[in-house]
Amino acid sequence: MDAARPENATSSSPSLMQRLEHFIPKLVVAPTFIAMLVFIYGYILWNAVLSMTNSRFLPSYDFVGFKQYELLMDNDRWGVAVVNLILFGGLFILICLAIGVTLAILLDQKIRQEGAIRTIYLYPMSLSFIVTGTAWKWMLNPGLGLEKLVRDMGFENFEFDWIVDPDMAVYTLVIAAVWQSSGFVMAMFLAGLRGIDSSIIQAAQIDGASIPRIYWRIIVPALRPVFFSAFIILSHIAIKSFDLVMAMTGGGPGYQTDLPATFMYVHSFTRSQIGLGSASAMLMLGGVLALLIPYLYSELRGTKNG
Amino acid sequence: MVNTHMAQRDWRYYLNRGIIHFILLFAVLFYLLPLIVMVFTSFKTMDDIRAGNLISLPTEWVVDAWVKAWSSACTGVKCEGVEGYFWNSVAIVVPAVLISTAIGALNGYVLTKWRFRGSEIFFGFLLFGCFIPFQVVLLPMAQTLGWLGLANTTAGLVMVHVVYGMAFTTLFFRNFYVNIPDELVKAAHLDGAGFFTIFWRILLPISGPIIVVTIIWQTTQIWNDFLFGVVYGSGETQPITVALNNLVNTSTGVKEYNVHMAAAIIAGLPTLLVYVLAGKYFVRGLTAGSVKG
Repeated sequence: MDAARPENATSSSPSLMQRLEHFIPKLVVAPTFIAMLVFIYGYILWNAVLSMTNSRFLPSYDFVGFKQYELLMDNDRWGVAVVNLILFGGLFILICLAIGVTLAILLDQKIRQEGAIRTIYLYPMSLSFIVTGTAWKWMLNPGLGLEKLVRDMGFENFEFDWIVDPDMAVYTLVIAAVWQSSGFVMAMFLAGLRGIDSSIIQAAQIDGASIPRIYWRIIVPALRPVFFSAFIILSHIAIKSFDLVMAMTGGGPGYQTDLPATFMYVHSFTRSQIGLGSASAMLMLGGVLALLIPYLYSELRGTKNG
Repeated sequence: MVNTHMAQRDWRYYLNRGIIHFILLFAVLFYLLPLIVMVFTSFKTMDDIRAGNLISLPTEWVVDAWVKAWSSACTGVKCEGVEGYFWNSVAIVVPAVLISTAIGALNGYVLTKWRFRGSEIFFGFLLFGCFIPFQVVLLPMAQTLGWLGLANTTAGLVMVHVVYGMAFTTLFFRNFYVNIPDELVKAAHLDGAGFFTIFWRILLPISGPIIVVTIIWQTTQIWNDFLFGVVYGSGETQPITVALNNLVNTSTGVKEYNVHMAAAIIAGLPTLLVYVLAGKYFVRGLTAGSVKG
């Protein structure tokens, strides 16, 4: 009897310990799990519900179906914001990719001071879009900015007032965004270049292929995954672009430089159009998903084949 | 590669090298120009600004604009400079970075060394949180913060940054721990070490690099945030990015570009310093989320 007790104790306490140990990991991630369910998926659902109501200054729950989306489609300002996103996003991505891959290839030619140059190319990425926008707003100032600089250099009739020109202001956003992000794209391509198997290149050289041909036929195709990743990251930056517009143009002149992100902010928080704002947020999410799902799909398939 | 180069070392080789260096140098100027302009402008007087141009040196280096930006420039209604907002940002960044990094480390540890049924799916769903445009959660979060009494408070902003930073910090630590051999953990487990002992004694001591990467990434993200700051902060609690935007875009009267530039440098300096001092880790953080994710 006496001997049974410690035996019982030893056999039951490990099982208790084990059971506890079994639970601890789940317990540790439980807060994150709950936060994720509520603050990501719950909120997306909640926002979807709001977009089906006629909420104005405060959220209301009078359902109006897809009316807000219809209003959005007829809204001229939303139309401008979407066209701007395509213009801004398209140019921003293309120019960043072009600059990124070019600078990476040039920097990969055994350049002295490569480290220092790389640091200079990349530092804008550490600055916020607000600081970037403030700096470029000053640079592009009609009268005192680059316009005056070029005039002082002897070109008296030089004009550069894009930032206040309704038709051109959106392109100033591209300039500033490219300045901020292209160095990062360069760093991604450089990492990709360094990862290419040099024996393939050597084999091609022995076969007598010229340098440009090697780049065009072997190296650039080998960088395809980097193009993909960079494209996703850049389009993500473009869709979320909000700070840059607020700092540089405030959406103006008029609403000529509005993007979906600024449209959503203005309607939700300053124009008391919560229904419309939440509907525009849903469309932004849709845009991101349309890009992301094919990407993730191809990534997963790629790893399976590789 | 060297062989062909040696054979082609004629004038064409040197022309090529010349062109390459020219393009690289031109790009260096493009990236540096705005910083140079900001520094020069911030040390000029307004008369000096009107008389010269963007890249003309200040005729006299004066710190008036810096003093004004720090302590007396108008950011909306109040005219007390950006000093208070700078410390607001610090008060938001420090706790938010520490908490989100700690959560990320524990999550990463569980998701690699204590996998359970559904843990991979959980991670997949969490990863999605890195990609959503935050506009889609702005309105519900605004209402929640109101209910919790956290609207327009520093604590509210800290909470928001922790919640939406967790996905990234978890991703970083998971990708790091996945390369640590499981045998290390199993051996310690057989020796009787428990969940927290293993984490504390075995994983944490070798986590230095990823902790630095995560802290740098989170500090940059949160310091540079504008969206959450402008929506969930107000007056007293606004971060420096919002104050800078107010200073530049809502001030009335004469635009003091020198003060704007000084304030912009103040707002950018902390992350710039982090980048200069720990650039290697900064780059690793940027690519960890993209290339591996």
